[in-house]
Amino acid sequence: MVFKVCIAETGECFSGDPARSVLESMCQLGRRGIPKGCCGGACGVCKVEVLAGSYDVKPMSRCHVSAADQAAGCVLACRIFPRSDLELRVLGVMRSALLGQASTQ
Amino acid sequence: MAMTGVLRPGHAQIRVLDLEEGVHHYRDVMGLVETGRDAQGRVYLKCWDERDHNSVILRQADTAGLDFFAFKVLDEATLDELEKKLNDYGVKTERMPAGELLETGERVRFQIPTGHLIELYATKTAVGNGLQVENPAPWTKASENGIAPVRLDHCLLYGPNVAAVQKLFTEVLGFYLVERVLTPDGQGNVAIWLSCSHKVHDIAFVEHAEPGKLHHVSFMLESWEEVLRAGDIMSMHKVPIDIGPTRHGVTRGCTIYAWDPSGNRFETFMGGYQPYPDYEPTTWTFEGLGAGGGLDYPQRKLHETFLTVVS
Repeated sequence: MVFKVCIAETGECFSGDPARSVLESMCQLGRRGIPKGCCGGACGVCKVEVLAGSYDVKPMSRCHVSAADQAAGCVLACRIFPRSDLELRVLGVMRSALLGQASTQ
Repeated sequence: MAMTGVLRPGHAQIRVLDLEEGVHHYRDVMGLVETGRDAQGRVYLKCWDERDHNSVILRQADTAGLDFFAFKVLDEATLDELEKKLNDYGVKTERMPAGELLETGERVRFQIPTGHLIELYATKTAVGNGLQVENPAPWTKASENGIAPVRLDHCLLYGPNVAAVQKLFTEVLGFYLVERVLTPDGQGNVAIWLSCSHKVHDIAFVEHAEPGKLHHVSFMLESWEEVLRAGDIMSMHKVPIDIGPTRHGVTRGCTIYAWDPSGNRFETFMGGYQPYPDYEPTTWTFEGLGAGGGLDYPQRKLHETFLTVVS
């Protein structure tokens, strides 16, 4: 069973495999929208807010996702696994601290 | 070159979000040898050809990243001498007791201006590399397990005040500058590669607003073919790869950057060259890091993750 994962701002949708993280599903389909970073819950660039739907989580670095964030659905796309259709809003940005530049991938 | 003072990188304590996933990665995929676990639950590993008890320590925590990075120094007298030099320079030090890390003597710990904790130590139990000391075979079964790097080679750390760190490492700890990348205005360094030996880097730094961040811990392989084989093994185990296999212009190292299951970047690499302390440092302009091939010589581009993704 695959679920439909949609990015609210762009209306872009892709298939979410429950055995894969949302970020991995997006990348495997060659889709974009959520910035891709370390893929392991450490760097925080793929932070999203889940507006609707349920999912399982793996541990993510508390320096990017507090317990309150997590409870509010603000999580890392590389550490969530869909259990229903999901609607997301992208929070993360690729931010170069060196130059103060930010861009979305 | 006489090897005295600070000898080489000795250990890195890495925080992982899931201990057993981390152990599986470093022991079974990377092919490091597990050498112990302590009462805190930390797991100790070493590369097959390293002689001392441990070089990688994994600690489960709720954040990823690096707890500390340590260098082995020649002997206990050198350790005392370096601690005094640090104190005279105005750096506060703390003595971590012998045995706090398994099979490891007293460590002198201090914080550097990038926010990282660095340690020096002189004593760690030599457990050998699995080969006899007399008339040894050239390799062993452990050298054929997983990616099987020969050693923990260096790390790249991100944080503020790189200029102050360069001064500390070169003026107090006896390192020298091998290569650097200039700031966009050409007035300072955004990145430095420092050596305490005959290697292109024993530690490197990139200027970054947030202190104490890890870019990567690096493991050395002996051939380009082994780097390609490492890429195959990473793919077999679905290890997310960041860059490569390719060659850095900086240091000429042939590399793969990838991430462990907790998002800590690591490198498997081979090559480089053998600098001496009297060499003029190689300078890359800021544009040279990307378009000049400093980061990725074949592709000549600044991969977006290089300056943005750290743990």
